[in-house]
Amino acid sequence: MNTLQQIRFVWKPIVLLVCVLPFLFVVGDAFNITGGLGANPVEAIQDRLGNWALRFIMITLAVTPLRRLTGWNWLSRFRRMLGLFTFFYAFMHFLTWFVLDREMRLNDIIEDLTERPFITLGFTAVVLLTALAVTSLTAIRRRMGRRWQSLHNMAYAIAALGVWHYWWQVKKDVTEPLIYAVILSVLLGVRLFWRWKRQ
Amino acid sequence: MVGRNWRKSVLIRKPDDVRPSEITSESNYINRRDFIRSGAIAGGSLIAPSALSAVIPDTRLAGLSDVAQSALSTDEAPNSFEDISTYNNFYEFGLGKGDPVIQAENFKPRPWAIEVSGHATKTGTFDFDDFMKPFDLEERIYRMRCVEAWSMVIPWVGISLADVVKHFQPTSKAQYVAFETLEDRDQMPGIRGRSLDWPYREGLTIAEATNPLPILAVGIYGNVIPNQNGAPIRLVVPWKYGFKGIKSIVKIRFMSSRPKTSWNMAIPGEYGFYANVNPTVNHPRWSQARERRIGGSLFASKQETLMFNGYGEHVAHLYKDLNLRRYF
Repeated sequence: MNTLQQIRFVWKPIVLLVCVLPFLFVVGDAFNITGGLGANPVEAIQDRLGNWALRFIMITLAVTPLRRLTGWNWLSRFRRMLGLFTFFYAFMHFLTWFVLDREMRLNDIIEDLTERPFITLGFTAVVLLTALAVTSLTAIRRRMGRRWQSLHNMAYAIAALGVWHYWWQVKKDVTEPLIYAVILSVLLGVRLFWRWKRQ
Repeated sequence: MVGRNWRKSVLIRKPDDVRPSEITSESNYINRRDFIRSGAIAGGSLIAPSALSAVIPDTRLAGLSDVAQSALSTDEAPNSFEDISTYNNFYEFGLGKGDPVIQAENFKPRPWAIEVSGHATKTGTFDFDDFMKPFDLEERIYRMRCVEAWSMVIPWVGISLADVVKHFQPTSKAQYVAFETLEDRDQMPGIRGRSLDWPYREGLTIAEATNPLPILAVGIYGNVIPNQNGAPIRLVVPWKYGFKGIKSIVKIRFMSSRPKTSWNMAIPGEYGFYANVNPTVNHPRWSQARERRIGGSLFASKQETLMFNGYGEHVAHLYKDLNLRRYF
């Protein structure tokens, strides 16, 4: 097997399995197989899925800087999968809110979306992520040409929306949102630095 | 009879080794309550107030004796001891709701002193045992509605706050009662963070404090209150959001002006001084119309939140001249 085949048939399935593990643990905990979700299971599911969505967008955005720093070009082969997992966790987080938390009551959902800014932010991020997920198909990517890159540069804006959403959601302690904000600033900072150096 | 022997072995273990769920199984507990109730109906004497004097053992989770029942208790099924003691906010012991049960493990709720000061005839610093002595223990099963839109039913054991207030004989200048939590950096790891301006502070108007509903709780499920729930003594005000229920109280002060209260100081636009449960006034970031009752299944639906958490008949008159939208 050459390296490309190795990535495709060995490493990609392994990474896929690892990425799906947090979700499997949430499901396992929900049915008290791998553990439990505590006294407020809906809240626990929502928090965990949302946190994983944020982690995955940070990991996805770290791929390119890491590739540049290390010279490991094979890293970019995993970027789409990681991006799609960001979408997967964000969408499951959204579904938990929609089905388990808001119980599909449309009036409540519209009230949340229009009157609660942190939900508006989170929802916007999910809508944008959906657009990125759909256009990640190779055929669509080819057809979009240059516009594809400008659309997918939105990943940074989405990450910022996600962190902001988390920041506004917490009652008082912003430690965790702050950690994500710092990571995002570093990721964005190195790119801006490289761009500035090139000029 | 393996089961019996096993139960016996539980009895001689150190209290620290006893798992919460072993202490009083909820079903036994409910049977005991039914028994007490039926006894009360038959004899008529058990419910009548007597000259009890509250003695609180200083052993962790020890059983409380001479606990009278109260007509103010709800008939709703209480949450499990497990839920009550593992899911709660107590920022002095961490910010997550699973943190207090772990971080308060080594907290020492005894010896304990309570300082009573301000506009009252009797003031001073009292040892916890002396503080408790003049009062009667009562069980009060109350709904608890957190400002975060979840709720529980908790079988508290405590003393009537109105009795406590009257005992210290506030003067006519006393318009408010203020409370403070212990601030002990060595024992309370959460205090190192700057999540709130320590010590935790809460307060009530004198009319609220002398209403029959509020209690100073010292127990849950008939046993000494666990550290993480506010040992050795905490406030319970069932028609207000849970954050009014200040824990591990070391100071009580009778004041002529409105005391500063922690969450109101932290985010005044989101948490008011009154903090009455009100489904029509939403938190700026989430709806207060419905609540999730802890203990339900994953797919259990939320329930409607009631005005004053369903205690309106006892407290609505306190606010008849108050704009509750403004004074949330």
